[in-house]
Amino acid sequence: MKTQTQTYSLNLGPQHPSTHGVFRIILELDGEFVVKATPVPGYLHRGIEKLAEARTYTQVIPYTDRMDYLAGMLMNWGYVMSVEKLMSLEIPERAEYIRVIVGELSRIASHMMSVGALGADLGALTAFTYTFRDREYVMDLLEMTSGSRMTFNYMRVGGVVKDFPPEFYPALKHFLSELPGMCDEYDGLLTGNEIFIARTKNIGIITPEMGINYSLSGPTIRGSGVNLDLRKTRPYSIYDRFDFQVPLGENGDCYDRFRLRIEEMRQSGKIIQQALEQIEEGPIMAKVPKIIKPPVGDVYTEIESSKGIYGSYLVSDGSTKPYRIHFRRPSFINLGYLGDLCKGWKLADVIAILGSIDIVLGEVDC
Amino acid sequence: MLESIFIEIADIIRYWFLDLGTPELLTEIILMLIKLSAILGFIIVNALWLVYMERKVAAYIQSRIGPIHTGPKGLLQTAADILKLMGKEIILPDGINRIIFILMPILIFVPPLMTWAVIPFGRDMTAVDIDMGVFYILAVGSLSTIIFWAAGWASNNKYSLIGGMRVVAQMVSYELPLVLGLLGVVMISGSLNLNQIVIAQDNVWFIFTQPIAFLIYLIAGISETNRAPFDLVEGESEIIAGPYTEYSGMGFALFFLAEYANMMVVSAVCTVMFLGGWLAPFGMDFIPSWVWFFLKMYFIIFLFMWIRWTYPRMRVDHLMAFGWKVLVPLSLANIFVTGACIYIFRGIGW
Amino acid sequence: MAKYLQPEEIIWKLKSNFPGIRLGEEQDLIVKSEDLISIMTELKDNQEFSMDYLTNLTAVDYQEDFRLVYNLFSLTCGHSLMLKVVLLDRENPEVPSLSNLWAGAIWQEREVYDLMGINFTGFPDHPSRIFLDDDFEGYPLRKDFQWQGGRE
Repeated sequence: MKTQTQTYSLNLGPQHPSTHGVFRIILELDGEFVVKATPVPGYLHRGIEKLAEARTYTQVIPYTDRMDYLAGMLMNWGYVMSVEKLMSLEIPERAEYIRVIVGELSRIASHMMSVGALGADLGALTAFTYTFRDREYVMDLLEMTSGSRMTFNYMRVGGVVKDFPPEFYPALKHFLSELPGMCDEYDGLLTGNEIFIARTKNIGIITPEMGINYSLSGPTIRGSGVNLDLRKTRPYSIYDRFDFQVPLGENGDCYDRFRLRIEEMRQSGKIIQQALEQIEEGPIMAKVPKIIKPPVGDVYTEIESSKGIYGSYLVSDGSTKPYRIHFRRPSFINLGYLGDLCKGWKLADVIAILGSIDIVLGEVDC
Repeated sequence: MLESIFIEIADIIRYWFLDLGTPELLTEIILMLIKLSAILGFIIVNALWLVYMERKVAAYIQSRIGPIHTGPKGLLQTAADILKLMGKEIILPDGINRIIFILMPILIFVPPLMTWAVIPFGRDMTAVDIDMGVFYILAVGSLSTIIFWAAGWASNNKYSLIGGMRVVAQMVSYELPLVLGLLGVVMISGSLNLNQIVIAQDNVWFIFTQPIAFLIYLIAGISETNRAPFDLVEGESEIIAGPYTEYSGMGFALFFLAEYANMMVVSAVCTVMFLGGWLAPFGMDFIPSWVWFFLKMYFIIFLFMWIRWTYPRMRVDHLMAFGWKVLVPLSLANIFVTGACIYIFRGIGW
Repeated sequence: MAKYLQPEEIIWKLKSNFPGIRLGEEQDLIVKSEDLISIMTELKDNQEFSMDYLTNLTAVDYQEDFRLVYNLFSLTCGHSLMLKVVLLDRENPEVPSLSNLWAGAIWQEREVYDLMGINFTGFPDHPSRIFLDDDFEGYPLRKDFQWQGGRE
C-alpha cells in the first residue's frame, strides 16, 4: 500500500533571510520535498526602463548601477557601451584600461559577496564575514577612484569621469598580492568542508542543454561546462589583449557554480595585473559633444557582467533622451529556471540552489 | 579553605537553622530550596555570560571585535539585551494555542534545572546525590524535545511546525547514540551514580579509555543542544527560527537563554562522564575541585562554539543518515568492544 | 560544418525558403509574425546556422506600431543575429510565443507582456504578469501610458 501525504504550500519570502532581498517563492511541499516552486519577482520593480525615457543619456548612468548594486561598474559599462556604439565613438586607450580594472574589481567584489552569501545560506556565517572583510578592500579601492562605495556613477559616454589618484596604485598592488591568499582562505573554509560538499555536490544540477535552453549565462551556465564567457567568446573592449582562462565546471551542480566564482576571482586578479602593466598615460575621455544626441537607430550590446550576459538595447529617436532602453539582466533570466530546478529537491536545497545562482534583486526586478 | 567553601556555607546555614530550633527535616527542605535557587541563579547568570562569550568567540573567529560598548569590554551587553527584550510587547498571533504558547518558554528552563540538581560540581558538592544519576539525566534531558515541539505546534506557523517536526526527528535519532555512548562509561565504572563515576576516573579519565564514546557523545550532544552544524531546528536561512519564529520579547529571550542552559548541561555531563569531573589532573590539588570542574566545562563549551562558527549546517536527511548509519552502529560496536575488554581484563585479573 | 556567418549571409540563405523577410537598417532581419516560429525553428535546428541561444527578447513601442526584438547567438559558431517583428495592430498586438523553442523566452515574454502589453500565443497559461500586480491597469512601457511624477 502506498501512503499518500498531503502537500502544503509554504510562502518563502518576500521577507526571508535567504532570498537575498525581497523575492518570493511559493513552495508546494510534501514533507520536506518540493513538489512545485513558483518564483514571484517584482517586489523591487522601480521601472528603470520607463524612468530612463525621461532622462538624458548621461542621467541614465546612475540608474544603471542601482540594478546590480554589487557590481555597479559593470552595469555602468554595459550601458555606456551601447550609447558609444550608437554614436560610433572611439574610446581612448587609457579609459578602456581603467574600465577593465574597475570592472574586474567590481566582479571580484560581486563574487566575494556571492561566495559569502552562499556560505551564510548554508549556515557558515564565518565565510560571510571573511568575504565581507575582503570585499572592504575592493570597496575602498573603488571609493578612491569614484568617490562612492556602491553606486559609482563612474563611467561616462566616451570614457570615465576621473583618472586614478596616485594612492590608488600601491593600494591596488597590495590588494592583488593578497587576493590569492584570500581565495585560498575561502577554499579552506568552504570548498574542502565535508558538510559543505555534502550540501552542494550533486544538488540542483543544470545540464548544459537545459542551461542553453533557458538562456542562462555567467557562472550559472559555465558551471555546467558550457564555455560562454563573452570576454573570451566575443571579446569586447580590450579583453583580447589579456591572457586569462575561463574556468568551467563539470557537473553543473551548486558546488561547481560556487567553485567557479572563486576561480574567476583569481583570473580577474590576473587580468587586473596585466592591465596594470599595459596601462599608459593618456586622455580618459573621448571627444564627446556636450549634449549627447546619438543618431536615429537602435543598437544592442552585451558585456559579461559578474552574473552573466548583461545586454542593453537602446533605441534613439535623435533627441537628447533615449527613446527606449531595455536591459537584459542576467539575474532575471537565470532566475527563470528556478521553478523547474527546485522540483524534487528538499527545502534546504532550495536555499542552496538560490544562493548558487547568485541573484541580485535590484537587477532581477529592474 | 576554598576547596570546601560551598560545603561550609551550607553547614553554617544548616546549624543556624538547627540552633533556631527548626526540626531536622524542615532544615533539610529549606536547605534544598536554597541549593536549587542557587542553581537557578547560577544557570541564568551563566547563560548570560555564555551569550557574551559566544559573541566574543564568534567575533574572534570571524575577525571582528564583538560587543565593546556596554559595560567594561562589553560585558553588560547581554544584560542590556535581556532588559530590552523584557520591555518588548509579547505578541500573541492569531490562531495560536495560547496556553501552550505562553507556557512553553517558561517550561523550557525546567529540564536543565532538573539536570543540574544531580551534577557534582566538586568534591561532595551535589545538590541531590542519587544513585540513578545517569539514568535520571537522560530521562530528564529528553523532555526538552516535547517543549520545542509543543512550542512549534502551538505557534500555528508552518515554519514553526517544520522546525518542531525536525526537533522530534533529530532528538529521537540522536538520543539513541547518546545513551549507547554513555553506556560504555557506565559499564567500566559499574555505577549510575555520577559521583561514583567521577571517582572511578581517579586513575585515568574515561576520555582515554572510551575515546569513541566521547566523540559520539560530543556529536550527539551538539545535536541535542540544536547547535551548528546540527541547528536545523532553527536554521535561520531556511525556516527563519523554527519553533521560535512567532515568539517575541521575553518568550524569545527565554528560548535563547535555554539554549545556553542546555549547552551547559551537556558540557557538564560530558565533563563528569569523560573528563574526570572535579578531579584535578596531574595532582594539582591546590586548585579547588569545583574550579577544575568549571574549567573543563568551559573548555567543552568553547569547543561547541568553535565548531558552531566553523561548519555549515547539515541537511535533514544527511543528519538522519549520519545518526542511524554511523553513530548508532559505532556506539553499539563500542559497547561490544568495551564489554569484551572488561571480560578479558577481569580474566587476566587486572 | 557550421562556420561564422555574417547577417547578410544568413539572410541570403534564408531568402529561398522565406521570401517575406528583409534586411533592416541595423543589419537586422525583419520577419512577419506568421513566419516567426518557422524561421526561428530553422535558425535553431539547421546545423548551418545553429543559433541555439536566445539572448534577448524585448519590444519597442514606435507609436504607429510595436516592434519585437529578438537577439540570437550561436554558441558553436559565435555569430549573432537580431530579428524584428513589426506588429501594426495596436489594439490587440499578438505574436506567437517562442517558449516551446526556448524555455528562456518564458520569463522574457512575461516581462514584455507585463510592461508592453503584447500577447504571446501558443503556450499554455502564458503570458501572465511578472513584476506588476495582477490587477494593475495599463502597460507602463507604452508611450501612451499616463504616469505621475515624471520629469518632462
